[in-house]
Parts: sequence; structure tokens; C-alpha cells
Amino acid sequence: MAAARVRRVAGAIGLRLGGAVLVVWGAATLAFLAIYLTPGDPAYAVVGGTDANPSPAVLAQIRAEYGFDQPWYVQYGSYLWRLAHGDLGTSYRLREPVATAIGQQLGGTVQLALAAGLLAVVLAIVVALLTAHRRPWIRGVSSSADLVLASMPSFWLGILLLSAFSYGLHLLPAIGNRGWQSLVLPAVTLALPLAAVLTQVLRNALEEVLEEPFITSARARGLSDTAVRLRHAMRHALIPLATMTGYLLGGLLGGTVVTETLFSRQGLGRLLLTAVNGKDLPVVIAIVVLSAVVYMVVNLAIDLVYPLIDPRLRRLA
Amino acid sequence: MSAAVSRRPPVAVLAALVFLAFLAASALVPQWIAPHDPLAIGPHVLAAPSAAHPLGTDENGRDVLSRIIYGTREALLLGFGAVALSLVGGSALGVLAGLGNRFVESVVMRFVDIGLAFPEMLLALVVIAVTGGGTTNALMAIGIAGIPSFARLVRAQTLGIRRAPFVEAARGLGLSEPQIVVRHILPNAIRPILVLATIGVGTATVAGAALSFIGLGTPPPAPSWGVMLSTARNFLDRSWWYGVMPGLAITLMVVSVTVVGRWLQRRTEARR
Repeated sequence: MAAARVRRVAGAIGLRLGGAVLVVWGAATLAFLAIYLTPGDPAYAVVGGTDANPSPAVLAQIRAEYGFDQPWYVQYGSYLWRLAHGDLGTSYRLREPVATAIGQQLGGTVQLALAAGLLAVVLAIVVALLTAHRRPWIRGVSSSADLVLASMPSFWLGILLLSAFSYGLHLLPAIGNRGWQSLVLPAVTLALPLAAVLTQVLRNALEEVLEEPFITSARARGLSDTAVRLRHAMRHALIPLATMTGYLLGGLLGGTVVTETLFSRQGLGRLLLTAVNGKDLPVVIAIVVLSAVVYMVVNLAIDLVYPLIDPRLRRLA
Repeated sequence: MSAAVSRRPPVAVLAALVFLAFLAASALVPQWIAPHDPLAIGPHVLAAPSAAHPLGTDENGRDVLSRIIYGTREALLLGFGAVALSLVGGSALGVLAGLGNRFVESVVMRFVDIGLAFPEMLLALVVIAVTGGGTTNALMAIGIAGIPSFARLVRAQTLGIRRAPFVEAARGLGLSEPQIVVRHILPNAIRPILVLATIGVGTATVAGAALSFIGLGTPPPAPSWGVMLSTARNFLDRSWWYGVMPGLAITLMVVSVTVVGRWLQRRTEARR
């Protein structure tokens, strides 16, 4: 019994991993096409644009070094070969392996993303539990707040927070990476719009569940409102929350570009922006492929969480 | 609930429509609305709001209100233009996948899946890394980044309609496949999608402002909400209102678009 189930689960994971590999391969191919089809000689991007006025000998040396003089299928093949071995290539601008550059910046961004993700989920659960299926005005205030928070650009939210807490009250530092104090404002900036979307999803799910007959029967057995919400309604509403959380966390890297720029924080987002500005395509591509991998892993993890939330899904898995 | 279904739009929707009409006017004829030239440099730098400058002045003494009004055109162009591009590209791919044979469908949908695995902001940044920045390229980048999600929606719609009795009837009447797609399938598939596109305009506007904010969209000194916020970031210690006003314009616009979009959505759902 147990062995058969392990095999089934492993099979399901294997299928998903296969799909993930396919997506990453597709992403890498699109990325290669982006580099290959970019108008202009990539050798110029390495020396820093046509203004640098490099000598033909230098250009020829760069072309040989980066393999730009090879036909496209050789370039594509060696690109995939290196990628499969974890070699992300060499940055045009930084003149160091892309993996090294990413490794240096990864910590700050992971810290920021985890803090923001955790804050967003906790906030959403608390607010949705408190406001779902309450008097119309409580609901109205809360859903209007969600709408405004989900609508405003995150960088504007960040500017408002900076004005209030850094320049107005002098409570928190405006820029930098040092200490937990410098993490507070960027994390809140990134978390609030996410929390707004998650609250909307969770509140809708909770309100649907709270109309179910088993809720009425639980209340009839004399359970308090809090117990009904926490023990019975929450479990059902967690599934859509998990789906949405996975989707949003997978996309968090896009949000860090703006947040890290606004707060002058070191991280992958800043590295990406610098690379886009400098047409440093190997770095751009590596970060984008990394993001696709993170997205797949997060969503795979969420898929594995579903049966823990809903026992009915265990039989199917 | 009955209020949502009734013919008369609720107050919030009316307010949103009035604000959007004002934005449309600002985009078309800013010179009739703005009190000053958006590029005119004045002596009062970073001045607080006053009768002459209702929203204060920026770091070059330019009128913030006038710059916001003149910046409307860029914001609306980016928002609506990008969504139009996503809509056209997404519809083409979605109809192709929805009506094509299994091979065509699986090839198209694999590409769509790959596109969906990236946050739209990152996809837009890749496009800009290749094409370079600027207003037009930012519009293209956001529009292209939105194609996969629209393609998925249109495909789902097309699959639902493909076997509908009126399509069979059209086929029975001897209409050619392209005629059926253009006259029967697209109009019926697109109506619910247009509602979602309305809400998408809000997201695309924010994305456009974000690109301008990080310096990849509209370059200064042209008036742009995103660029204004990026400049305001450097003067927050001296003038907080400069950082508030352009963001307020973006937020109000997105809220208005979302309110109208959700109302349209409820109406189309109620009609079915």
C-alpha cells in the first residue's frame, strides 16, 4: 500500500519535473534567440557600445573568446551544454562568470522576497478572517482598502512609506542593506499589494464556505464563531490561497527590480536593471531563467501542499 | 445584489467614468486644461502648493499639476496601447490553438506555457534588453509580455464556442472557415475578454509607469508620471507633495478602470 502510494506520488512529481525541464529549455531557447537576433554585433556590447571605438583586432579576439564567430547551431549547442552543467556564461560587462555575479546578489533578494511573502500571507489571513462575512460596512471598508492597495504602483507606496517613516518620523533608514531596520520598508512595500490580492481571494473563499450547511451544523453544535472560522472554514479556504500565493511568489522577482531601485538595495533586481541598461544579455537571460526555475519549484511545492490541506486529494495523488 | 444587475450604474462607477472622461480630455487637449506650460522652467523650485501652482513645483520650478495633466497622454497610450497589442497577439494565438488540430494546439500552448512561467515584468525587461528603452519600446514590451495570458483566455473561449449550434449552422450554410472565425467565433469569444482587458489596462499602466520609473520608459524632460515619481524620490526630504501627486493620479486611474471593469464583468455575467 505505502510503497504503491510513494511510487504514485514520485510518478506525479516526475511528470511535473519533466514539464518544468521543458519550460526551462523553452525559456533558454527563447533567451538564446533574443541574444542571437539582437541587431548589431554582440562584441560591441562586450567592449561597451560603439562609442568605445575598439580596434578590429580587439573585436576579433572577443568574437573568438565568446564564440560569436561560430555558426548558430554550434553556439546554441554549446550554450545548452554549458547550461545543463550549471554554467550560466560570462557577463559582457562585469567580465566575471554570471553565476558569481548572481551568487553575490542572491542573498539580499531572497531575504527581501521571503520577508515580503511571509508578511503578505500572514496579513491576508488575519484580515480576511476578521472581515469575511461581517457587517456590510466592515466588508466595504476592507474591500475598498484592498482595491486601492492592489491598484497603486508599489513604487508609489514605497515613496509614501519613505516620506512618512524615513523623512518624516526618522524611524527607519531610507536606503541600504544593513540590519533588519533597512529591510522593513522594502518588505512592506513589496508585501502590501500582494497582501491586498491575497485578502480578496481568501475573503471570497471564506464567504463561500461560511454559507455551507456543515458550517451551520457546526454552529448548531454550539461552536463559537472563532472556532468555526479557524477550524472549519479556514481549511477549505486555504486551497485558493495556496494557489494564488504560489502564483504571486513565483513572480516576486519582477517586483524586486522596482523595490530595490527605490530603496537602493543590493540584489538581483538591481543587477538585472544594470544588465538591461548595459545590454548585458547573458546576465539578463540567466536571471530570467532562474526566475522560471523558481516559479516552477514554488508551484511544484504548492502542488505537494494541497493533499496536506485537503485529505480528499490524497487518494488522487 | 439587485443593485449590481440593475441598468443604472452605481455611484462609484459613475464617479470612475467621470474621472476617466477627465483623463481622456487631458490626454487629447492638455493645453485647454493645464494652467502652465509643462516644460516652462520657473524661479520657484520645489515650492509648496499655492494659488499659482495648485500642486506645487518641481526641482526646475515647473508646474507639477500641468506636468501631470500633460503626462496623461503617455500613461493612457502605454496602458491602452499595450493591452491592445496583447489582445491582438493573444487572440491570434488563442484562436489558432482553439481551432487548429492537436499538433498546432500543443505547439502553441507549450509556447504560451513557457511565457506564463515568467513574471510579466521580467518578460518586458527581456524585450527591452534587446530593443532598448523609450516610450514605444516600453509599450511593445508590456504588450508582448501580456500576450500569453490573453492567448490562454481566448483559447478557452474559442473551445467553448467551437461546437456552439450557431457555428454549426454557419458551417451548414456553407461559410468558409475564415469567414466563420471572423464573423462568428471572434465576436462571441472576444466580448468576455474585452471586459478582462479593461481591468488589464490598469495593470499595464502601472507597468508602464514602473518602466519609466526605473529609467527604461519615456525619457525626461517629457512629462511622465513614472519619471516624475523617480525624480521626486530624490527630493522627498524637502517636498513630500511632489512624491504624492503623480502617484495619486496613477492610483485613481487604475482604481477607476478596475471599478468600471468589474461593473462590466458583473453585467455580462448577469445577462447570461
